[in-house]
Amino acid sequence: MSDLATPSAANDAGNRRFDVFGFLARYGTVIALVLLVVFNLAYTRNFATLQTLNVNLTQVCTIVIVAVGMTLVIATGGIDLSVGSLMAISGALAPMIFMGTIFPVGNIYLAVAVAMVASILVAGLFGLFNGWLVSRFRIQPIVATLVLFIAGRGIAQVMTNGNLQTFRVPQFQWIGLARPLGIPAQVIIMAVLVAAAAWALHRTVFGRSILAVGGNEKASELAGIAVSRIKLAVYAISGLCAGLAGLVVIAINSSSDANLVGLGMELDAIAAVAVGGTLLSGGKAAIIGTLLGALTIQLVRYTLLANGVPDAAALVVKAGIIAFAVWLQQQHRV
Amino acid sequence: MTAQPDQAALLLDMRDIQKRFAGIPALADASLQVLPGEIHALIGQNGAGKSTLIKVLTGYYRRDAGQVLFERKPFEVGSPHQAQVSGISTIYQEINLVPLRSVTENICLGREKRRRGLLDWSAMHAEAERLLSRFSIGIDVRRPLSDFNTATQQMVAIARAIGFSARLVIMDEPTSSLDEREVSVLFSVIRQLKADGVSVLFVSHKLDELYEVCDRVTIMRDGRTVRSAAMSDIGKLELVAAMLGRDVAAVEGHATAFGERDRSRIGDVLFTAQGLAAGQLVRDVSFDLRRGEIAGFAGLLGAGRTETARLVFGADRRSAGEMTMEGASYHPARAADAIAAGMGFCTEDRKAEGIVPEMTVAENITLALLPKISRNGILNEARQKEIVERFIRELDIKCSGPNQKVRELSGGNQQKVLLARWLAMNPKLLILDEPTRGIDVGAKAEIQRLIRKLADDGLGVLMISSELEEVMEGADRIFVLREGVRVAELEGQAADEEDVLAAMAHGGAAKEAA
Repeated sequence: MSDLATPSAANDAGNRRFDVFGFLARYGTVIALVLLVVFNLAYTRNFATLQTLNVNLTQVCTIVIVAVGMTLVIATGGIDLSVGSLMAISGALAPMIFMGTIFPVGNIYLAVAVAMVASILVAGLFGLFNGWLVSRFRIQPIVATLVLFIAGRGIAQVMTNGNLQTFRVPQFQWIGLARPLGIPAQVIIMAVLVAAAAWALHRTVFGRSILAVGGNEKASELAGIAVSRIKLAVYAISGLCAGLAGLVVIAINSSSDANLVGLGMELDAIAAVAVGGTLLSGGKAAIIGTLLGALTIQLVRYTLLANGVPDAAALVVKAGIIAFAVWLQQQHRV
Repeated sequence: MTAQPDQAALLLDMRDIQKRFAGIPALADASLQVLPGEIHALIGQNGAGKSTLIKVLTGYYRRDAGQVLFERKPFEVGSPHQAQVSGISTIYQEINLVPLRSVTENICLGREKRRRGLLDWSAMHAEAERLLSRFSIGIDVRRPLSDFNTATQQMVAIARAIGFSARLVIMDEPTSSLDEREVSVLFSVIRQLKADGVSVLFVSHKLDELYEVCDRVTIMRDGRTVRSAAMSDIGKLELVAAMLGRDVAAVEGHATAFGERDRSRIGDVLFTAQGLAAGQLVRDVSFDLRRGEIAGFAGLLGAGRTETARLVFGADRRSAGEMTMEGASYHPARAADAIAAGMGFCTEDRKAEGIVPEMTVAENITLALLPKISRNGILNEARQKEIVERFIRELDIKCSGPNQKVRELSGGNQQKVLLARWLAMNPKLLILDEPTRGIDVGAKAEIQRLIRKLADDGLGVLMISSELEEVMEGADRIFVLREGVRVAELEGQAADEEDVLAAMAHGGAAKEAA
């Protein structure tokens, strides 16, 4: 029953229209970002200062770190709703280790190192669990990761008995507060992650396999690509990224509240990915786009706040931008 | 066309139906006449236009030309639902009911009974039971549909059709997911429908079934109705010949670009398969393949050709059978194992299982090659470029460059990209499933010449094709499959076309006793 002829003429028509929308879909985020900067230079006081730059960058960092992992997951045609909860878990675990709640701390440097590695790894393991549900049982990613979206924050709260953990441990907090050469440490981490992911996507077998799995899973399997392993890997990476972002957040705050760390992060990250031009249907990954998408969303919010628009209204504008970006991609896809 | 029934008595009369998609004709000159209270078979190869014709009838597509009379009145409907209300119900291969709702809800969906504005459940349950009892089916109509097996669900779909007082029920491959016992129940239901004066349009690829249950048959090919006859007037061989377009006398000369074969180039045994089986579709297939040989799989749709190829390639799990590759026993658990053993597989469905449309020509060509053009997981761009450019040149792939998206290429060039993907692996055995389907004549000849050249260079080729001349002229040996069983092995080129047709139709190589 394969009588549906390919509408090749329709494709041609799509290609012609694609020029306008294709251009916008490709460079829309950059254009929006430039427009925002120009607008702010003209109307927002004290915009062109290092401080403003740092404020915006530090705020956007955690979103970008999580969104890098999210981009890889979405590129395989999946999605990861659990990232916010995994941030809460790593954010809850790390202070328990370096403050000696779990076992007595001898050397603070060693304790911090163990705390960081262990909490990121634990988040990565939870990510692996997501990947296992998706690849082994073929559960739809949105449902599979909903499990830890719900349970993850609960686990974090149980770990801490729902208590707020506060601390002042500079040996740990450099990750959110240090400024080597005047650049916030987390900005450096973010930049390294973005560069590594962009490189891996274009230059490695792993990156190519991710795009192939998202682009055509059956064809990939028949071409010998280990589809299940790729899926396991991207969800694990997404978990690792979330774990790292959780540490950055608690370092900045000098405290960890399992109720709040990473709250709503999954949606911010997905929004950054979508605005950045990665297709939510998979097969494409724009890591730099994700970075630009996160910056755009952040800058819109900053612009509105700096010009006296209340935060609630800023959220509506943010939603509008996301809707517009996704609509633009739809046009491009015709 | 033969045996025109009396026009006044027709239940359905479709004439000169034309339908084009984006300029490409899917139906060129199709007609279909169904009598009241008859079981009418509609058959043809994939792409012959059966589905399109049905979809035109049920209002899913709008026809470009032609007329449709139903009960002697012009029949114009805009949707399958309207068609159903007007007396034509369709039961699809995949039952499109609502699995989690009750049997009653499924039967009464769209024509619920009401009393004082509320749903009258007891009346609806009674109605559902009444309809099902006509087929001697007594089930709890309050239970969700998904509680029942496929056959019962199909009965529910039929009962639903009857509930709409259908005068014509279209069944699109209704037996494909049923076992033998279920099929016989379905047939008794169909006969019951016939006795009640309801006509059935029966689409199936299983010839034996057609002879068992159908009164008349309409055969389609390339969007045209090529023949319609009483089942009793047409032999199986004739039927297959008409489907494949072989009703002309013997073919003169060569219809393909394969040309003469130098058989001295065929080497020692490369691959053997003994008693392969998996599920209902592959039941007992044995064959072997030599280096430099082209083996052809012939058979009708549903004969198990593609399914056998998937077993060989490890894409599906086999339930029985032994295989060897280069003398060593070979047990592929997944495609990667087959690739490691030196096999490649160009699938029948280029779009769904072959190309990665959003990727470039270069990325598609190197998809199976990634481990070989990388070190420590890092791609060697220069090596990729070299390989890709070589294959674009050698196979003459028409593209703007290695970085063009593969979805923008024509079907023939996409096929060449897939061939390049496997040839780049330097395989020993290449499985080609319908290698020239849906591509233009020029590209087709090019690909056929290429296949022959590859075999001359020592590649073992397993070729599946629904085009008889491709198998007849291309293959050195022909294995005929019928309903999952390898029924004949014939010498290629020297084989008698009628022998191949006979084996496809009823399993024996012997000539049909007319």
